Amino acid sequence: MYTEKVMDHFEHPRNVGEIENPSGMGTVGNAKCGDIMRIYLDIDENQIIRDVKFKTFGCGAAVATSSMATTMVKGKSVQEAMEVTNKAVMEALDGLPPVKVHCSLLAEEAIHAALWDYAQKNGIEIKGLQKPKTDISEGEEEEEY
Amino acid sequence: MKQLIYLDNAATTKTRPEVVQAMLPYFTEYYGNPSSVYDFSAPCKKAIADARETIAKSIGAKTNEIYFTVGGTESDNWAIKATADAYKDKGKHIITSKIEHHAVLHTCEYLEKQGYEVTYLDVDEFGVVKLDELKKAIRPDTILISIMFANNEIGTIEPIREIGEIAKEHGILFHTDAVQAYAHVPINVDELHIDMLSASGHKLNGPKGVGFLYIRSGVKIRSFMHGGAQERKRRGGTENVPGIVGLGKAVELAMADMDERAAKETELRDYLIGRVLAEVPYARLNGHPANRLSNNANFAFQFIEGESMLIMLDSDGICGSSGSACTSGSLDPSHVLLAIGLPHEIAHGSLRLTLSEENTKEQIDFVVERIKAIVQRLRNMSPLYEDFMRKSGKR
Ligand SMILES: Cc1ncc(COP(=O)(O)O)c(C=O)c1O
Ligand code: FES
Repeated sequence: MYTEKVMDHFEHPRNVGEIENPSGMGTVGNAKCGDIMRIYLDIDENQIIRDVKFKTFGCGAAVATSSMATTMVKGKSVQEAMEVTNKAVMEALDGLPPVKVHCSLLAEEAIHAALWDYAQKNGIEIKGLQKPKTDISEGEEEEEY
Repeated sequence: MKQLIYLDNAATTKTRPEVVQAMLPYFTEYYGNPSSVYDFSAPCKKAIADARETIAKSIGAKTNEIYFTVGGTESDNWAIKATADAYKDKGKHIITSKIEHHAVLHTCEYLEKQGYEVTYLDVDEFGVVKLDELKKAIRPDTILISIMFANNEIGTIEPIREIGEIAKEHGILFHTDAVQAYAHVPINVDELHIDMLSASGHKLNGPKGVGFLYIRSGVKIRSFMHGGAQERKRRGGTENVPGIVGLGKAVELAMADMDERAAKETELRDYLIGRVLAEVPYARLNGHPANRLSNNANFAFQFIEGESMLIMLDSDGICGSSGSACTSGSLDPSHVLLAIGLPHEIAHGSLRLTLSEENTKEQIDFVVERIKAIVQRLRNMSPLYEDFMRKSGKR
């Protein structure tokens, strides 16, 4: 059901854990399916993401996208981290099954939430960053069958 | 091939080799159409009659009350839609429960769109239908009560005799989806006052794509598949002769060793449940502690998600299933787990393991060890577990 890359990141997730006194932390959930993702960022004085950790309560795709997303933002500036979209993460994983696309949104939103927390604390503006939603299922439409 | 520990017998079962052997001649030797007049077709006709007799006997029914179908879904659809149609002059109210299989629930939802009214009964925390609610739900225009014999997810066995008595007292038809229970627990349709019963071959070590509907004689029921004169004109279509033969053989074998099988499964099941509850913290058993199918164990592990668990079990060759929202495709957790009162996040961590007599204690020991390791690993990456440990001052 999943690509080899997804399975690799699921079985050997990178950057699982917590950061004490993080520069930014974000927790987002999808109340619809019940999943929760948390990202911790350690950002240095040049606004470079020195370290990143995650925790995820969700499916295989949620774990794999969190893991991949953390590897993609690590070492980047906070502005560059904005380019790590759910699409970019999915591409890096060689794709996800259609029912799992929403899980990759969780990773993007969690990073944004952590960046927002950092930006708020330090009075910085990150271009393109908006106040994140805590529940990403808001506004999603139910499909009729 | 990697090792296989198959613990998903509620999803489907292995076809017994004797069943396959019994079926084979009906592909290449006796391939005649049972409806034809020549002698060549006679063995096919006889094979169907024999299977029908074996099945009728197994539930205390008459042979002309057994109708072959393609399985549980068709039997459920037929029983409900056709009675709804045949009895619509009496009324348009149907009573069922919140924990039925989708074959029943979605059929009822379809009928609601056609102008029928459906009452979905609540269940208690163990998944048992509330009889007082059933009595209260009955109205003069109630035409059908459809309650499953045993639940496919949590294994709870329903009070079928009591429900049958209530239905009979009020002159209402009683259908039961016995797909999980048939040939696993003893069933006598007269003693239990069952008017219609659905069963499926692949849940009792028979072939897939064949099952039956028992319809008590006297029940007005419309034809479901319009076509030829097969199945007393109630169900057109050339019979699946090999499938029916296989179903008959599977029933014969399952009925012969039912008690022995159940005893073996129960012992293994209770060993599994006992070890998991004792050795995995923050775990619970879903379903009734005693009145449950002999092969069903259903757990909920707090703070983790079921699909992740299934993938990790799969890498050790262990097959199980989960009612987690992430496995459902619809992003909703199992309706059964919600109906027994589990909050979404706990339903998320559900794991169903359904055994067969082929499983061994060694396999169960291995599975328990894997579950312990997997649950711990997933908790270590769970933000919910982190919050819980913080709040409870454990770190
Ligand atoms: C309780 C119940 N009813 C109906 C069905 C559907 O049976 P079938 O797969 O034969 O259509 C199942 C099988 O999953 C079941 O468990
Ligand atoms: S996290 Fe629920 S489906 Fe992926």
